[in-house]
Amino acid sequence: MTAPRDKLGRPVVVVTGMGITTSLGAGKADNWSKLVAGESGIRTITRFPIDGLKTTMAGTVDFVSVDPFSSTGLSERMAELVTQEALEQAGIGAKGDFPGPLFLAVAPVEVEWPQRRELGRAVGAPDFNYDDLLRISGGGKYNAYHHRFMFGSVAAYLAETFGTKGSPISLSTACASGATSIQLGVEAIRRGETDAALCVATDGTVNPEALVRFSLLSALSTQNDPPQAASRPFSKNRDGFVMAEGAGALVLESYEAATARGAKILGVIAGCGELTDSFHRTRSSPDGKPIIGCMNKTLADAGMTPDQIDHINAHGTATPENDKMEYNTTSAVFGDLLQKIPVTSNKSMVGHTISAAGAVEAIFSLLTLEHQRIPPTINYDNPDPTILFDVVGNKARDARVTAVMSNSFGFGGQNASLILTREPA
Amino acid sequence: MTDTASKPGQTEVWITGIGLATSLGEGLDANWAALSEKRINVDEKGFAPFIVHPLLPVSFDSQIPKKGDQRQMEAWQRIGVYAAGLALDSAGIKGNKDILSKIDMVVAAGGGERDLNVDTGVLTAEAKGANAPGFLNERLMSDLRPTLFLAQLSNLLAGNIAIVNGLGGTSRTFMGEEVAGADAARIALSRIASGESDIALVGGSHNGERKDLMVLYEFGDFNLRDKFAPVWARKDHAGFALGSAGAFLVLESKAHAEARGAKPYAKLSSVVTDLARRKQSGDMEATLEKLWDKLPKRDGKGAIISGATGAEPATSEERGFLTKHADFPVRATGTMFGHTMETQFPLGIALAALSISRGALFPPNDSTGTEVEMQGAPTQIVVVGAGHWRGEGMALVEAV
Repeated sequence: MTAPRDKLGRPVVVVTGMGITTSLGAGKADNWSKLVAGESGIRTITRFPIDGLKTTMAGTVDFVSVDPFSSTGLSERMAELVTQEALEQAGIGAKGDFPGPLFLAVAPVEVEWPQRRELGRAVGAPDFNYDDLLRISGGGKYNAYHHRFMFGSVAAYLAETFGTKGSPISLSTACASGATSIQLGVEAIRRGETDAALCVATDGTVNPEALVRFSLLSALSTQNDPPQAASRPFSKNRDGFVMAEGAGALVLESYEAATARGAKILGVIAGCGELTDSFHRTRSSPDGKPIIGCMNKTLADAGMTPDQIDHINAHGTATPENDKMEYNTTSAVFGDLLQKIPVTSNKSMVGHTISAAGAVEAIFSLLTLEHQRIPPTINYDNPDPTILFDVVGNKARDARVTAVMSNSFGFGGQNASLILTREPA
Repeated sequence: MTDTASKPGQTEVWITGIGLATSLGEGLDANWAALSEKRINVDEKGFAPFIVHPLLPVSFDSQIPKKGDQRQMEAWQRIGVYAAGLALDSAGIKGNKDILSKIDMVVAAGGGERDLNVDTGVLTAEAKGANAPGFLNERLMSDLRPTLFLAQLSNLLAGNIAIVNGLGGTSRTFMGEEVAGADAARIALSRIASGESDIALVGGSHNGERKDLMVLYEFGDFNLRDKFAPVWARKDHAGFALGSAGAFLVLESKAHAEARGAKPYAKLSSVVTDLARRKQSGDMEATLEKLWDKLPKRDGKGAIISGATGAEPATSEERGFLTKHADFPVRATGTMFGHTMETQFPLGIALAALSISRGALFPPNDSTGTEVEMQGAPTQIVVVGAGHWRGEGMALVEAV
C-alpha cells in the first residue's frame, strides 16, 4: 500500500494521542462530560487577594498544586500532566523516549511577584532602590529562580522528562500560540523531518499582574457575579474575555507511521493557515482581510472548499470587537453556507486559556468529531442581533460533523486557523 | 537532534539582506569598521559592578517614522524593529508590497521589559509596612501604564515589525534564550528549503541595559563583574556582559532572489540544534561534536564564529570542542558585542555572511591565543551558539 498523501502530495498528519486540563478538570473524559453538560469552570479567584481588582474571577486550575508556586511552575506541571495523558493514549515510543521533536506554546516568562517580594524583604531596609535588589540577587541563594524564569525552562523540563528529540521549541504567538504549536508539528511531519511530533500548549498565568495588565487594556469581563455567567460569547451583553488556565497536548504522526504501528487514529489535521495582520497591536484590520485570508489559506492548505466545513469552533472570546469581527470575516468566507454551520465557543465555559487556547480547542474539536456532538456556548440568553451565527446556544447539539474549522486570533496581528477531520480526505 | 540541511532536490537558500544595530554602530559598514579596528564599546560604570555593551545611539525615526509607533515600544522592540528595517533595506525589498505581503517572519525574542519604578515603589512601600491584602493590586492598577504590556509581550517584537513595515505573511516568535535564535534560523531555512516559503525575515533583538534582566542572571551569578576581558580570558572571572543589539536576516530561495535580481551575501546551507542534558562535564562538548558532524562537508577555507558567553562551565566546554577543530580560526562575538542572548546566533550568521561577502574574516580580539589571524577569504563559516544554561546550535554559512 502506498503511503497516504494529501491532495498536495504531502504526508497526511494524524492525531494519535491527546491530553487536556482546564478549569473544568483533568483529562479528556472529565472535560468532555462537563463541556457537553454546559458546566462553567469560571470561579471567583481564591489564589490571591482580589481587593482593588475590577475583574475578580477566572478559570483557574486550582486542583494542580505546585510548590513553591509560580505561574511558570503551574504551566510546567499542567504541561507535564497533559503530555502524560496524550502519551498514554498514543502508546508511542518508550517511557522517556518520544520519537520526535517538541513544540511548546507557553506564556512569556518573567520573574514573578512572590519572588520579587522575597528579594525585597531580603534587602532588610525600609528604603532601597533597584541596585540594592541587584546587589543581593547573587551568591547562589536564588539559583533555582534563574532556572525557573528562563524562557526555555518549561520546554527543557518536558524535553528531558519525555525524551523528545532535538531542540525543543518554545513559542508565543499570543492567543494563537496553541494553534501555532500544532502548525509547527504538522509542517515538520509534512517536510519529512520526523514521523511524530509532540505539540503542547500551556498557560497558568492567572496572577495579579497578568490580570491587571489585561484589565488596563479593557479586555476582561467585569461581570463578576455570578462568575459562571461572565463569559458570554456572541451575546449582546458580552463585555470581555475571562482569563483562564489550562493545557493541551497532541501527539501528531504521519498517517503512514501511525498505521504501521497499529495506532488508533483520533483525527486528522487536514489544514493549517496563518496570516499576519499589520493594522494594529491589539485590533484587527477593520476590513477583516487578514482574518479572511487566514481562513482561506487554511481551506487551501487542506485542499477543501467552504461547503466541506460543517462546524466552526470559534475563537469567540466574548470581547465586543472579537466576536463581531469574527462573524463578519467568517460570513465573508462562507457566505450563505454559514447559516447551516453550527458555531460554538468553548470559552463560554473554560474561559480564555490564552497561550493554550488553540490546542485546548483543537482537542475539543477532535472530541466533537469523535462524539458527533457539539458542546454548547453557555450564557447565550441575549443573542447579539448583528451576529447571525447558528450558535449552539446553552445546550449541546448532536450533529453530523466531518470537518471542523478552529480559529485563533491574538494580539500582535496573530491569526491562525486549523481544519480537523475524522478521516483522511 | 533536529537538523536542517539542504537535501538533494531542495532549493538553495541565500542570505540577501542583513540588518545590524549594535553597540558598535548601525549598518554593515560601521560594524565592519569597528571589528576591523578591534573597537569595543563597553560601559563599566553605568551598571557597576556589572558591565554592559550599550547600543550606539541610532535615529529611530529613520526606520520607525511614526512617533506614535515608537512610543508603543520599549527599547528592545525599537532596536529590533530598527534592525529589521535595515535588513529589508539591505535586501532591497523595503516598501515592496508584493513581497512584504507574503514574507514569513521567525523572530527570537525575550520580553518583559519592566517599569523599575513601579517595582521598587511596591517593594519599598511593603518594606515600610503596607500590607493590606489588595495593596499590590491597587498599586499595579494605578501605576502600570496600559500600553506597557504590549511592550512586554514577546510576540510584539514581530507584531511591531509587521505594523511598521506592513508585513503580511506568517509570524512566529520563538523564546528560550540563545537557542531560540538558532531555532528561528533553522525553521525559516527548512521552510524555504522545502518550498513552504520563498522568503523570510529572521532575527532578534535585545536590550542589555536592563537591571531587571541583570537580577535574573545574577540569580545564577552569570553577570560579568568589575572588569572587562575577552570571553576566552574569563575562566577565573567568569560571566557575560549583556549587550544591546538587533540582528535580522532576509533569507530567500535562490530562485526567488534571482527572479528579482537580488545578490546574495552568502548562502545558509544548514542549521542544526540540540538540547544537551548538561548533567555531567562533557555533555555539552559531546553535543557540539554531534552537531559538527551533522553539518554538510567542509572542504573550503573555513572559520568559526562563536557565540560563547564567557559563563562557565559552558565556555570551557565549548573551548574544549574548539580545540579539536583548531584548523578553523575562531572569533567570539561575545567579546565585541557582549552577550545579546536570543540575538547572538542571528548576529553570528550575519557576521559570517558579511565576512564571506567582504572576502576576509575580521581580526582576532583576544589575549589568550584562542583566536588567531586568518589569511585569505573564508568560504565556509560555522556559526556556533551554546547557551549559557541550555541549548546548542550550529549553522554553516557558505560562499555562493
